Amino acid sequence: MEIDPFIFRFSIFILSIFVGYYVVWSVTPSLHTPLMSVTNAISSVIIVGAIIAALASSSNNIFETSNIFGFLAIVLAAVNIFGGFLVTQRMLQMYKKKKKDKK
Amino acid sequence: MISANLSAIFYLISGILFILALRGLSSPETSRQGNFFGILGMIIAITVTFLTVGNFSTAINYVLLFLVIGGAIGAFIAFKIPMTAMPELVAGFHSLVGLAAVFVAISAFLNPQAFNLGLPGDIKLASLIEMSIGAAVGAITFSGSIIAFLKLRGIMSGSPITFIGQHFVNLILGISIFVLIYYLCTTQSESFFWSMIAISFLIGVLLIIPIGGADMPVVISMLNSYSGWAAAGIGFTLENTALIITGALVGSSGAILSYIMCKGMNRSFFSVILGGFGGDSTTSKEKKKDQKPVKSGNAEDAAFLLKNASSVIIVPGYGMAVAQAQHALREMVDALKKK
Repeated sequence: MEIDPFIFRFSIFILSIFVGYYVVWSVTPSLHTPLMSVTNAISSVIIVGAIIAALASSSNNIFETSNIFGFLAIVLAAVNIFGGFLVTQRMLQMYKKKKKDKK
Repeated sequence: MISANLSAIFYLISGILFILALRGLSSPETSRQGNFFGILGMIIAITVTFLTVGNFSTAINYVLLFLVIGGAIGAFIAFKIPMTAMPELVAGFHSLVGLAAVFVAISAFLNPQAFNLGLPGDIKLASLIEMSIGAAVGAITFSGSIIAFLKLRGIMSGSPITFIGQHFVNLILGISIFVLIYYLCTTQSESFFWSMIAISFLIGVLLIIPIGGADMPVVISMLNSYSGWAAAGIGFTLENTALIITGALVGSSGAILSYIMCKGMNRSFFSVILGGFGGDSTTSKEKKKDQKPVKSGNAEDAAFLLKNASSVIIVPGYGMAVAQAQHALREMVDALKKK
């Protein structure tokens, strides 16, 4: 009896949902915005799909319509990766300064 | 070029790093470390993808070029943006993820043989359903985030926009998406795919316009969750574990975060998420406001009141951040404590 690979992927999917669920429960309210921004940055992992789409080709032409959509997706996701992580960094730096003030 | 098994292991590692990133961000001491884990996870995911595709033709130069262009734009925005514009910035970024998901889905639909999904016009049923869901959720994320961005930016009115039969229209559109996906699967016709995406864009707009500006943070977090589900849907299509793990992670943590935020603001989760229902409770809120007038006064009045009060509760809000009054407030608190 072989198990369909889809079932494996589906199990991974469900387990990841539970991990995400439990990981954020204990977040401190002041960190809501940075957490939101970091999850946003992480969600740009869609770039993996974009790269595959951009490089996948069934012919020699690298600029088929499907590749162009892939390239566009890369630009969008890259804006998000760099923007997202840097903004989070900036926000967290603010917390550091605040702590020093209190001391 | 590395084997599919090895790349799956690396995707697992980057998934774990993302989990550590979320975990780290939940307490101030570990937060910066968390952000670092996130960056590391992303670098691993991207590098491994390059190595797995292993197609080092001229195309890869273009990929790197576009990566750098996007990265430069992102970095520029991140450094330029004022801190008070943070919520709308995050909303704007979400729209990008949503649109990227739509583009990847379109790409897979147009060129399925490159992804081993079958031939154009004869795509595997499961893949077709998965990419449709990815595209639909991505499109909703995109247009919804754009509306959220416009509302927060003040380009569009922040007050809820409602019209008669709104829920009915949303319901009809929601059902029509499923109907279109069904017809897409039976006929493999391109026009159903495009119309499904168009309707999803429309739903995104309609879902967010009835939500008031004050509820926007929750909405942004919810859209974040949607972008995760979209990524997971695409992940199933491309049989890519990195996208599945991370998509599910972002999807569920975004949903929980918006639930926590709702509780913090004393709002019902479902009334915010289901859009229009939020409109009803905002109107009742406004009625309450009419009964209890806000007392506003000038600085001298305030000083007098504060001096004679036995206890003072300060509720810092968004306005304080805009006015950058944190230090002034601190000084005032110090002065009051001395008395």
